[in-house]
Amino acid sequence: MREEKIVLRGRKVVGGVAEGEALVTRETISGWGGVDAMEGKIIETRHELRGISFANKVLVFRGAKGSSGWSIVFHLTRLAGTAPKALIFNEMTTKVALGAVVMRVPAVTELDRDPLELIETGDWVRVDGDKATVEISKKKQRLKEAS
Amino acid sequence: MRLTPKEQAMLDGHDGKARQKAMELLVRYAEALGAERFVDTTNIAGVPGQSNPFLDKYYQSSGGGYDAIFSHFDLDSDDLVEVPKIQTHGCHLQGGYDPENWQLLGATADAARISRESEAYAVNRGVKILKTCTPYLVGNVPRQGEHCAWMESSAVIYCNSVLGARTNTEGRESTSAAMLTGKIPDWGFHRDEYRLGTHHIEVEIEIESLIDWGMLGYFIGDVVQEHIPVLTGIPAEPDVVRYKHFGAAAASSGGVEMYHIVGVTPEAPTYGAAFGANQPRDRIVYGPAERRRTYETLNANGKNTDVDYVMLGCPHAALVQIEEACRLLDGRKISENCRLWIFTSRAVKQQADKSGLTQVIRSAGGHVLTDTCSAIGRALPPGTKVAALDSAKQVHYLPAIMNIEAWFGTTEDCINAALTGRWTGELR
Repeated sequence: MREEKIVLRGRKVVGGVAEGEALVTRETISGWGGVDAMEGKIIETRHELRGISFANKVLVFRGAKGSSGWSIVFHLTRLAGTAPKALIFNEMTTKVALGAVVMRVPAVTELDRDPLELIETGDWVRVDGDKATVEISKKKQRLKEAS
Repeated sequence: MRLTPKEQAMLDGHDGKARQKAMELLVRYAEALGAERFVDTTNIAGVPGQSNPFLDKYYQSSGGGYDAIFSHFDLDSDDLVEVPKIQTHGCHLQGGYDPENWQLLGATADAARISRESEAYAVNRGVKILKTCTPYLVGNVPRQGEHCAWMESSAVIYCNSVLGARTNTEGRESTSAAMLTGKIPDWGFHRDEYRLGTHHIEVEIEIESLIDWGMLGYFIGDVVQEHIPVLTGIPAEPDVVRYKHFGAAAASSGGVEMYHIVGVTPEAPTYGAAFGANQPRDRIVYGPAERRRTYETLNANGKNTDVDYVMLGCPHAALVQIEEACRLLDGRKISENCRLWIFTSRAVKQQADKSGLTQVIRSAGGHVLTDTCSAIGRALPPGTKVAALDSAKQVHYLPAIMNIEAWFGTTEDCINAALTGRWTGELR
């Protein structure tokens, strides 16, 4: 069976193309104090992704919250080699915009369907920042084809 | 993105390479936001050129030094540029180490040297060294309607809500670039329509004490996340310290950058003015049950009642808060099993020194420290396992960052813990 791809269209935040496995959270992410940049993981006490690494994943999340150190922390993930491969988010803030810019990874927002509904952790996702598209290959289908 | 001829000239390099790189970053940022133009700003609060051992080492390969850090990190430029004196009123927020107490804070000599040198670098470029998260307590009080570019979420929410000035939560890179250019994207809180309320919070219980303002802020941030709450049921204006704790809490549990209190804050003379054309998306009640739940959430990381560290001063203490700590200590000495650190700005510390308060704290066995706090500086007394805090913001961050337990309560609960080494706080 040929793999069905879901394609979403939105608005460019940062250009470039990247693909990888999705890590999805419906919660907002706190940068400074919520993320360990050197290890590329979430540390916020009551976060559903606490202890989980986003390094080299396509991070799909609601948006940014908390400290103004958001961009510093995600900028440091780029230097430490623990940055996500791409960003897909729903709610625009100055924190997430500046963070995406200095992380220099493809980023899109304002998608025509809710990425938090359509993408699950483990799905394979391709983000084209310049075309502002997201291509989703569902994990379940990929597993079915592999077996 | 529409640029004025002057902005275009800056982008083309007519005002030097550093301003060109700063403008390039601001254009990338503005485009990411979807902004169409810049606003002019001369009131900028950030952490320009601040270094630490990681950045110091990382940029050694690029020749090292502070121009390298400012170029590559602050301006996110691949080219090394020579950073000129700023032509704006830029101030430096908290960061680095108390120059007089870095050893107590556990900094290495190398980290203290780096902190000292990056401060000298900023001074040379005309940056005002306030070294605090509370610039509004020490002379930087923007006027209503003034366009600012501030970092520090607790200062941003104060700037927008209490003072009626206009800033987004900026970051290090955008504020450093704004210090060089005097420009910031015209987006979000710079625009009238963005400043209107979105959620109605009906406060059904009396909010008077500092702990109650902290808990209310923490509850609201969690509920509205990054939206704009409008509070009713607050009959009288809180003081500066209560505003400070309330805003800091709402900006930590959520991303609140502005709130209105009907009949109290400058852009909310009436309920109608606070919401403008917006329909409230939700109506949320804050009563005894919500208060109780918030208290329990804030104390979720407290198990062991043996307290070995009490930290006050998040956001940085106002002089009246240091006075209050002195009054509560009442001439007694703190437990030998416990440490007491109070963080404040250099300006307030100087007032505390002159009025004898620092000496009172010291005589009790505590310390008044500047520039940083335990969360920002990752600085705890050696062996700390359980902290007691009177700040909802600090209790939100410190256990996660430093992997310790923490209790949240009143300033009095915290001072009692310092005196006895035991946590006896409860919701009253």
